[in-house]
Amino acid sequence: MRNAFAVAGIVIKELYRRKDFYVLFILTIVICLIMGSINVFNDRDIIRYVKEICLLLIWVSSLIIAITTTARQIPAEKEQRTLLPLLAKPLSRTQLIIGKFLGCWAVCGLALICFYAFFCVLAASREHHWHLLNYAQAAFLHWMALGVIVALSLLGSLVFAAPSSNSTICFAIVATILCIGRYLDKIALGMQEPGRSIVYAIYYAIPHVEWSFGMRNLIIHDWPLVEWKFVGLLGLYLLAYMAFFLAAACLVFRRKALN
Amino acid sequence: MNSSRTLWLLLIALFVLCFGLGAAVQPRFQAIENANGQSDNFFILLFGDSSRIFANAAFVKADAYYHSGYYPTIFDNNEAFKTPHMAEDTGAVASHNQGEETAFMGPPRDWIDAFGRHFIPNRHTHLDQGGPNDDLSSSSEVREILPWLDLATEMNPKDVRTYLVISFWLRTDLNQASEAEHVLRTGLRNNPGNPQLLFELGRIYFDDYHDKDHARKIWEAGLRTWALEKPGVPKSERLKYDNSTFDDRYVFEELQVHLAQLEGSVGNTDAAIEHLQQAELASPKTPELQQMIDQLRYKHR
Repeated sequence: MRNAFAVAGIVIKELYRRKDFYVLFILTIVICLIMGSINVFNDRDIIRYVKEICLLLIWVSSLIIAITTTARQIPAEKEQRTLLPLLAKPLSRTQLIIGKFLGCWAVCGLALICFYAFFCVLAASREHHWHLLNYAQAAFLHWMALGVIVALSLLGSLVFAAPSSNSTICFAIVATILCIGRYLDKIALGMQEPGRSIVYAIYYAIPHVEWSFGMRNLIIHDWPLVEWKFVGLLGLYLLAYMAFFLAAACLVFRRKALN
Repeated sequence: MNSSRTLWLLLIALFVLCFGLGAAVQPRFQAIENANGQSDNFFILLFGDSSRIFANAAFVKADAYYHSGYYPTIFDNNEAFKTPHMAEDTGAVASHNQGEETAFMGPPRDWIDAFGRHFIPNRHTHLDQGGPNDDLSSSSEVREILPWLDLATEMNPKDVRTYLVISFWLRTDLNQASEAEHVLRTGLRNNPGNPQLLFELGRIYFDDYHDKDHARKIWEAGLRTWALEKPGVPKSERLKYDNSTFDDRYVFEELQVHLAQLEGSVGNTDAAIEHLQQAELASPKTPELQQMIDQLRYKHR
C-alpha cells in the first residue's frame, strides 16, 4: 500500500503545479462575488440565488478537475515514456492504478475543501449563521460521488485511445446521469420493448450520483439535516461503485499491452 | 524606423476616422431604432421574442424557490402546479391547478426512487408559511423569490403578472411599500394604464400611505382604463362568470369594492353603495356584497 500512496503523492503534487484548479477557483469566486453584489430591491439578506450559482459552479469545477486530472494520468505516463520505468520498480500494475485513483480522489477532496470553505463564508456573510453539518454532509457526498467519477474516468483512460475522447465520454455520461438518472424508469415506462427493458436495466445499473447532486437543493433552501444513516448508506453505495470501476480498471490494465 | 512611425501615424489617423464616423452615425442609428420601436432592453436585444420563454422560466424558478425546491420537473405530474402558487396566493391570477399539490411525486416507484427521496426536498411547504423548518416567524424568507422575478421583468417587461406578484410580496410580508410602488410604476411605464397595476398602486396609497385622495384618483383611473382596454367587447360579456374572464372580473370587482370601502370610510355612502352595486355585476359573492350594501343603508338611516 506504501507504493500506492507514493504514486498518489505525486498526483497531488501535480495539482499544485497545474493551473486548472486556481483558474476555476478564482473564476468561481469572481462570478459569485459579482452575482452577490447585485442589488435586489435594496434587500441585503437575499442569498439563495447566489448559493445556487456557487454550488453549480463548484459542481462544474469539481467535475472538470476530477475528469481531466484522471483522464490524463495513464496516457501522460505512456506519452512521457515513464510508465515502463515506473513498473520496473517494485510496483505492480494494481498498485499503480490504486495509487493513481487515490491521488486523483485526494486532489478532488482538497479542491472541495477550498470550494466549500468559500461557500461557507459566502453563505454566512448574508445568513449570519453557519449550517456547518449540512455543508459537511453535502461536501462528503459530493466527494464520494467524485470518487465514482474518478474511478470511471480511470477505467475510461485504459479503454479509450485518447484523453480527450475519454473526457468527453465521461462528461456526457455524468451529465446524463445528473440530469435524467432519477427519471429513467419513468422514461422507460413510455417506451416499447425491447427499449423499455434496456432503459430499465440502465436505470438499475448506473451509479446514481445525482443523489449527491440533489443535496444542493437541500442546502440552498436550508432544509434540515438528512438522517446520518441515509448518508452512511449512500456513502457505502457509492463506495461499492468505486470498488467496481477500480477492479474493472485493474483487470483491464493487467491485460493491456504497454508497448 | 521611418516605416514604424508612418504605421503609428496611420493607426492614429484610422482611430480618429473611426471615432469621427461613430460620432456622426450613432445619432442617426438611434433615430432609426426609435422609429422602429426597438427596445434598449439588453435581454430583448439579445434573445428577441424568445426572451419571453426565458422570462417564464425565471418566473417558474421563483415559484420553485417559493416551495424551497420541492417542485415538479417535466417528468412529474404538474397538474397541481399549472398556475404558480406564489401568484395564486396573491389572489390576482386565475387558478388552473387541479389535484393534490402535496403529492406530485406519488408513492415511491422502487427502492432507488424511495432511497433517492431522502436527498431531495420531499415535502410541500411555502416560504411565507415558514418553509421547510415550519418556522412561522421567518415568513420574510419569501424575499428569496425576488431575484428571479426581477429577472423575469427584465426579460419580459410586458408581463403584468410578474409586477403584481413582486408588488404583493414586497407590500405584505416584506413591508416594503415604497419598493412595491417603484415596481408598479416601472410596470406602468412598460404597460401604460394597465388597470391591474393601477389597482395595486391604489392599494399601496390606501393601505400603506393612508392617502385616500390619491388612492381614489388612481382607482378611478383604473376603472376608466378598464373600460377602454377592450373597446369592441361589451361590458356584460367581460363580466360573465367564466374562468376565461377571471382577469377582467377580478380587477373590476376589486376596484369597485375598494372604491366602495374608501367612499364608505369618508362618509360618501351613496357613492359606496353605487360601487358595490357595480361590483355585484362581476362577483360570484353577491350575497356578501348585498349584505354590505344593507349595512351601509342601515348606517345611513
